[in-house]
Amino acid sequence: MSASAPIIKVDSISKSFGSFKVLDGLSMQVMPREKLALIGPSGSGKTTILRILMTLERIDGGHIQIDGEQLYHMERNGQLLPADERHLARMRQKTGMVFQLFNLFPHKSVIDNVTLAPMLTKGTPRAAAEKRAMELLEMVGMADKAKAMPAQLSGGQKQRVAIARALALQPKIMLFDEVTSALDPELVEEVLNVLWRLCAETDMTMLLVTHEMGFAHDFADRVLFFDRGRIVEEGKPDEIFRNPKQERTQGFLKKIIAAGHRV
Amino acid sequence: MTQWSGYFGLILQGALVTIELTLMGSVLALIMAFLAGLGRLSRFFALRALATAYIEFFRGTSIFVQLFFAYFVLPLLGLELTPLQAGVLALGLNVGAYAAEVVRGAVQSIGREQHEACIALNLGRWQGMRHVILPQAFLVMLPTFGNNAIELLKATSVVSLISLADLTFQAQVVRAQTGNTMVPFTTILLIYFILALLISWGVRSLERRMARGLDGVRV
Repeated sequence: MSASAPIIKVDSISKSFGSFKVLDGLSMQVMPREKLALIGPSGSGKTTILRILMTLERIDGGHIQIDGEQLYHMERNGQLLPADERHLARMRQKTGMVFQLFNLFPHKSVIDNVTLAPMLTKGTPRAAAEKRAMELLEMVGMADKAKAMPAQLSGGQKQRVAIARALALQPKIMLFDEVTSALDPELVEEVLNVLWRLCAETDMTMLLVTHEMGFAHDFADRVLFFDRGRIVEEGKPDEIFRNPKQERTQGFLKKIIAAGHRV
Repeated sequence: MTQWSGYFGLILQGALVTIELTLMGSVLALIMAFLAGLGRLSRFFALRALATAYIEFFRGTSIFVQLFFAYFVLPLLGLELTPLQAGVLALGLNVGAYAAEVVRGAVQSIGREQHEACIALNLGRWQGMRHVILPQAFLVMLPTFGNNAIELLKATSVVSLISLADLTFQAQVVRAQTGNTMVPFTTILLIYFILALLISWGVRSLERRMARGLDGVRV
């Protein structure tokens, strides 16, 4: 693994919302199959970097490479031009995202939520798309709800469907944006179990923004601590959680533990 | 009595014309509403400008004048229309301008998170609009579309002014021939009201059918 090239290469990108600088010359690299946990106080830029990787936000400056190709630029005759919609569409195939609030399509049944994108974007025939969708729903433990409407499901069930929906496009990289933050405490476990299964059964690269420190510790190969648009500290989970070097990391973890989160 | 039944026959013929006008006008209005409503949300300035100009113009001028223009002025420009064609054109374009704003508002009421899910699933702009945004927005549009259809129904009475034999026109004929004002106008008042009730009822049942499953209670 260490011999291969990074699948994500973020090179000093910046992003502002109005006068608020969310990302300030951020650089990071992610290796294929790596599981990364992004932690930090709210407003630190960890969600923004996921949204930028999914092309939901544009960057103000810097470069991003995914799978060896520029995300927001295209090379034409040796020149770097801003990416057009076609280039972005091609690049998006590499990445999938799961949202904090699930963002299921409320007017479509569970299985239709999962089959819609493969049928539209890849031209997968309905029968094949449904077969694959059932396999994915099986994996997230939602096969018996395939015909249900999203409004009939609990938050944890919705999130598991949302994960299956993102997986249906077979992305190389999966982005999880606080996927358990909106769930009742007793429903968190079922979603985390699905993430464990994904980790064990697939070789996807996974980036996880989370406040579940215990899970981040067990799950991640590497933890990045974000604060004020920068990565303040990064390392193996044990180093970050047991022995943080930076004062800001220490302060953040102390607050989190005081708030009752297990580390 | 036999005499009255003949006059009621006239009024029923008028009712058919009114229904025909309402249906055809509504189809044109619906098409214009989606064209102009989505046009206003376009990325392209020219489309936005065109849609805005259409909406503002047809909302901002009287339907009487629009009808007279279609029937009396367009022939001078080489476009000869039958009274029915002129009626459908004026009604459809006029009500379509109002309904276009309904389309725009409904599309904009669909949350950002649905658009973001479309991007994350790599749907194209039109694919997302067609399969995700519009089906949800349509449910928001329906009640106001019902209002628009009833407005259109009532506005059909203006076509009697260009000699199209609709309900109102026939009532005038009956009044002229019998000298009785109360019977024909009470009759058409009731018929307009019943037609409006039918529209309300139709739109409500469509709404119920489409909302099925969305709230997790009705399936």
